[in-house]
Amino acid sequence: MKVSRLLLAAALIVSLGGIGFAQSFEFVGAGATFPAPLYTKMFDQYAKEFGVKVNYQAIGSGGGQAQIKGRTVDFGASDVVMTAKDLVDAPAEIVQVPMVAGAVVLVSNLPGNPQLRFTPDVVADIFLGKIKNWNDQRISSVNPDVKFPNLNITVVHRSDGSGTTGVFSDYLSKVSDEWKTKVGMGTSLNWPVGIGGKGNPGVAGLVKQLPGAFGYVELIYAIQNNIPYALLKNKSGNWIKASLQSTSTAANVPVPEDVTKLSTTNSDAPEGYPIASFTWLLLYKEQNYGNHQKDKCEALLKMIWWMTHDGQKYAEPLAYAVLPAPVVAKAESIIKSITFDGKPLFAGGM
Amino acid sequence: MDGDPEHGTRRMRTAQASDSAFRITLFFGGIVVSVLLIAILLSLVLSSRPALVANGFRFLTGSEWDPVTNSFHALPFVFGTLVTSLIALAIATVLSLALAVLMGEYFRAGMFASVMRTAVELLAGIPSIVYGFIGLFFLVPAIRVVQIVLGVPPFGVGILTSSILLAFMILPYSASIGREMLMLVPSDLKEAALSLGATRSETVWKVSLPYARSGIMGGVFLSLGRALGETMAVTMVIGNSNIITANLLSPGNTMASLIANEFSEAQGAVYLASLIEIALLLFIISTVINILGKVVINRMVEAV
Amino acid sequence: MADNLARVREEGVVHTPPRGVKAPAADAAVQGRLRGDKAFLGGVLAVSLLAVLPLVLILAFIIVRGASSINWQFLTELPRPMGEAGGGISNAIVGTIILIAVASVISIPLGILAGIFLSESGKSGLGRLTRLSVETLMGVPSIVIGIVAYVWVVRTTGHFSALSGGVALSMIMLPVITLSTEETLLMIPESLREAALALGVSYPRTVLRVILPAGASGVITGALLGVARAAGETAPLLFTSFGSPYMEYNILKPMASLPQTIFFYATSPYPEWQSLAWGASFVLLVLVLALNLVTKLVTSRWKIQF
Repeated sequence: MKVSRLLLAAALIVSLGGIGFAQSFEFVGAGATFPAPLYTKMFDQYAKEFGVKVNYQAIGSGGGQAQIKGRTVDFGASDVVMTAKDLVDAPAEIVQVPMVAGAVVLVSNLPGNPQLRFTPDVVADIFLGKIKNWNDQRISSVNPDVKFPNLNITVVHRSDGSGTTGVFSDYLSKVSDEWKTKVGMGTSLNWPVGIGGKGNPGVAGLVKQLPGAFGYVELIYAIQNNIPYALLKNKSGNWIKASLQSTSTAANVPVPEDVTKLSTTNSDAPEGYPIASFTWLLLYKEQNYGNHQKDKCEALLKMIWWMTHDGQKYAEPLAYAVLPAPVVAKAESIIKSITFDGKPLFAGGM
Repeated sequence: MDGDPEHGTRRMRTAQASDSAFRITLFFGGIVVSVLLIAILLSLVLSSRPALVANGFRFLTGSEWDPVTNSFHALPFVFGTLVTSLIALAIATVLSLALAVLMGEYFRAGMFASVMRTAVELLAGIPSIVYGFIGLFFLVPAIRVVQIVLGVPPFGVGILTSSILLAFMILPYSASIGREMLMLVPSDLKEAALSLGATRSETVWKVSLPYARSGIMGGVFLSLGRALGETMAVTMVIGNSNIITANLLSPGNTMASLIANEFSEAQGAVYLASLIEIALLLFIISTVINILGKVVINRMVEAV
Repeated sequence: MADNLARVREEGVVHTPPRGVKAPAADAAVQGRLRGDKAFLGGVLAVSLLAVLPLVLILAFIIVRGASSINWQFLTELPRPMGEAGGGISNAIVGTIILIAVASVISIPLGILAGIFLSESGKSGLGRLTRLSVETLMGVPSIVIGIVAYVWVVRTTGHFSALSGGVALSMIMLPVITLSTEETLLMIPESLREAALALGVSYPRTVLRVILPAGASGVITGALLGVARAAGETAPLLFTSFGSPYMEYNILKPMASLPQTIFFYATSPYPEWQSLAWGASFVLLVLVLALNLVTKLVTSRWKIQF
């Protein structure tokens, strides 16, 4: 192991030399593809205004969680809250800051691109492999005006660890007992049927090219790629189309003290979209680890503060819903609780 | 030789010292490389230990890969790797045999020969990702059309697609080796056949190919070794479904592709270690195949 | 063939017509065999051309689609955020160059050294072990090497870096360089070595100043082939150098690379990004094929024929 010590020493020496360049900080983040279009826009703007650069790699929420636990990145991003079970092998306490809300929509590829409607049980059964063909009676009964061809349904899911999958499977577990017992909820699942695409872009790409495909993606990916997405029947019995409005409505829930208990899927709100979710930034509560420097960590918190305040103006043009005020307040208190050597690092305000 | 005997001795001692220093340096080079391989193997074993312990032998026989319940089994991926590689091998063998015969028998020298040789070398040099890209854009839609005509689900991606793509990626290796083996066939054997009235093709078929058979087999083994480890091109066109099926038009998954997809996000010691266990398995399988290939080729070369 | 033999035994001679006289119509069987002969050649030719068809396709498509993406902006700008048009791959080009440089610094000296060792002491115990190790290493899938580099470098340093990517690539280059060096040096005739030693040149000098330079073309070729192979590798970089949207010169940081860029953009649904992938493929292909061509040039110009 002498080689690794030598490498570590060399790395420390070079990074100490980097202190002189304190002003232009660089952060490395990794995680969800769900908010990636928004994050990359935000980071681009923040770099223009404040000179701070962020290298964000959209490798999936699972990747974001794994890399922050492995401390190989400055922050992780995940669409799905890390549960106690996920956090059990983290080296230190990790906090999760809500950033923005988005919607997971069901996209399809049928001739004529009809607007479809689905009830929760039909969606679950398609993904369980029980409904195999588009001309199935259960699909046509909720879509009386659409003529369905005799075409196999090709389910498209994620091949990588995905928070979008986490949110979607959370919803399915709530609306289908069979899904809950057979598959469950998580970022990487043992899918009963279907093919896998990498990232939201991969799924969108596959659905776009494959006649008869049926998959799930974050709303902006459906919009940017002109793929039709379906209306869903929510808990109150209303047909809801995913939009800024319906997502915000679903996201407007009281934020519990323990933020990991927050769940926005299968919303109770009459006009709420059933598969909405917040997306989270993950970082350590105590920032003094590795070769972290105080001013750099402070700059990181400043940026995260900006993302939850001024940065929110970039959300709506990209079809993400801004954080409701009570959630922003919660985000503020979480950011303020982050410490360096035990002392709170950032008092808020820009 | 020079006047001063002391000077001569000193020079000899210096020469001996630099001689030994040099030999030691060379020795060091050999040791570092040998140790490297052992270090790789050790790292893989040590890092996969939590999985080796947790999964046991069921790892090789079960077919479920469920990160939610920490139930990891390698069979679907071993299946996918072997099936895609073997089908690719079958296709590639036919193609590379033709190339080997063309370049080793009919057109050994000349303009056409060098053009073909260059073409094969260039094929070997194209990066895997570029093959994957082309496969995604051309092979997948083509297969999709075939699937629509046949009335099966038009995935486009799948086992057959990957196998076809793999075949073209590995054929340069068996083609080059096959050509070299055919060129090793003694000309007096061929001339004997020809003088007895055999046609050119009969000579190739009944004399040269049987003679070079084991060498060609060795080349085939080496191509197999390459196919087993191919990652990027396969992961782009295999469809990433963890299933075991006889339906070649179905999507599947391979060991290398699984690792590429899930490694950077595996959380939990057992999940990550299980992926490393897959890497270890892949390492062992491809090493065995490669060594077999080398042994077979060496035997042929020595026999000549 | 069998009937000719029988005829020879019977008649004692095979009839050949005198010069200028047309041969009588041969047996139907022989005609059949001659036709089969032509058919065989035709078949071999056809299948061979089918085999190299993808090369033509690949080159054609990448040149046509890729070249149209190449402009000054493409080569000098950084990528734009998701879904926005424009942008370039300048960071990927620089990244690939730096990664190869790091890998070369590690693998070329070590590879040449090991190659010399194998050519000198290949039959010894350590020599055989080394050869076995090198040949085995040659066949290790690059994704497995990526994992090893992750365990050795990324885990210990705590972050992704071009250094770890370079380490992974060096393990891929090493066997190519070693085996190529060994093969080249073994082909140099003993007489050269014996002449040098007879003239009183010391052993180290003989190897380094006489034999190695004589095989210089082969050694350089090996290095170039190693570089060509490493330049196109994606899998080992996925969890080592990680990728980056920025221009990066610091090897302790994550860094972009051409193959990774292609992978990322090719699998995206955005047409703007897909055209970036075409362009990047073009650049990578040009790089790899140019290296192969230079290899040929080096061999033809500088190879000393004994």
